[in-house]
Amino acid sequence: MSELIDRLAADLKPTPAGAVAARLGLGLGAGAGVSVVLVGMGLGVRPDIGQAVLGAMFWIKLAYVAALGLIGLWCAERLARPAGVASRRLPLLLAPLLAIAALAAWQMTASAPPARMGLMMGHSARICPWLILAASLPPLAGLVWAVRGLAPTRLRLTGALIGLAAGGAGAAAYALHCDEAAAPFVAVWYSLGVAGAAALGAVLGPRSLRW
Amino acid sequence: MLRALDGDAGAYRVLLADLQERLAAYFARRLAADRATAEDLTQEALLAIHAKRATFDRTQAVTSWTYAIAKYKLIDHFRRTGRRPASALDDIAEPAAPDESAAAEARADVLRGLEGLTPRARDLVVSVKLQEQSIAEVAARTGLSESAVKVGVHRGFLKMARRLRGQDGAPQDPASGADEP
Repeated sequence: MSELIDRLAADLKPTPAGAVAARLGLGLGAGAGVSVVLVGMGLGVRPDIGQAVLGAMFWIKLAYVAALGLIGLWCAERLARPAGVASRRLPLLLAPLLAIAALAAWQMTASAPPARMGLMMGHSARICPWLILAASLPPLAGLVWAVRGLAPTRLRLTGALIGLAAGGAGAAAYALHCDEAAAPFVAVWYSLGVAGAAALGAVLGPRSLRW
Repeated sequence: MLRALDGDAGAYRVLLADLQERLAAYFARRLAADRATAEDLTQEALLAIHAKRATFDRTQAVTSWTYAIAKYKLIDHFRRTGRRPASALDDIAEPAAPDESAAAEARADVLRGLEGLTPRARDLVVSVKLQEQSIAEVAARTGLSESAVKVGVHRGFLKMARRLRGQDGAPQDPASGADEP
């Protein structure tokens, strides 16, 4: 056993601070890049993108899903460590959730009753969550790679968190194509897509995150 | 551990030797008569500690991080071999240590003594006295002559003894960093 220790000590290289965050960021970033390319080539960037970036809703959509994804990633940074806990960071998810819910409620009440269903359903309600889920797959793969090089001890929760992060990234990539602009739509269907990615991550976690 | 993360191989060796003892005791307790598996798991855990040392959080305690890895490896072992653990999985949560107090004190003393040595001296003392490597092996590894190794070990020992007896002016608080080489 002392030979083993000698070998390990000889193999010692300094560890940079923030190594965990960097690895997770790399996995997520690479995957997100792939998603953006896939959305651009497969679905096509929305033709009115030049107009869209001038409006608030484009950025609100982006900010909402980015917030969900980044909080998921931040929690995963803790959970990717042995005995890691994120119990103080996780409740932060409430912030973007409540914000989008409030905006959606406000838009609903501000519009006439006949228009409300349209606000929520848009024209792509059925397909939207599935496309977001599909766009989450490359970042999820990247994050699975990243976490396998780390050491989570709660695999299902870690899986859910990287699923959440991947969902946020996938939804952000999808937002380049999607031209829905109503907060109620985003609150329901984008959230469903992101939640679906989180659920997928939770299911895959115990099997794919072993080390 | 913090010094090890920054690249101090001597401190790292001391840490690994200490963790190896704790891990061996941990697995032995939970695997009852199965010595071979306990040894295997101890080795697995040490390898994992080395491979995943970047996941150590500098604000955490080394021991809780280490035991979390040990527990993970143990549960993984049971999962792979399909055997049920001797005690309930909840017991595996925290290592109960009624017999460890005297040993822990002695260990803390040794660590405190080692703290006061230079990295080179620490390396020699740990290799020869704790890991029981032969003088020839250590000489070959460090490039020193055998007599230089013997003198280094002897002097290191004397220095440790002086420190533990409080004769070298070092702080006497047993909690001063003995857990975090």
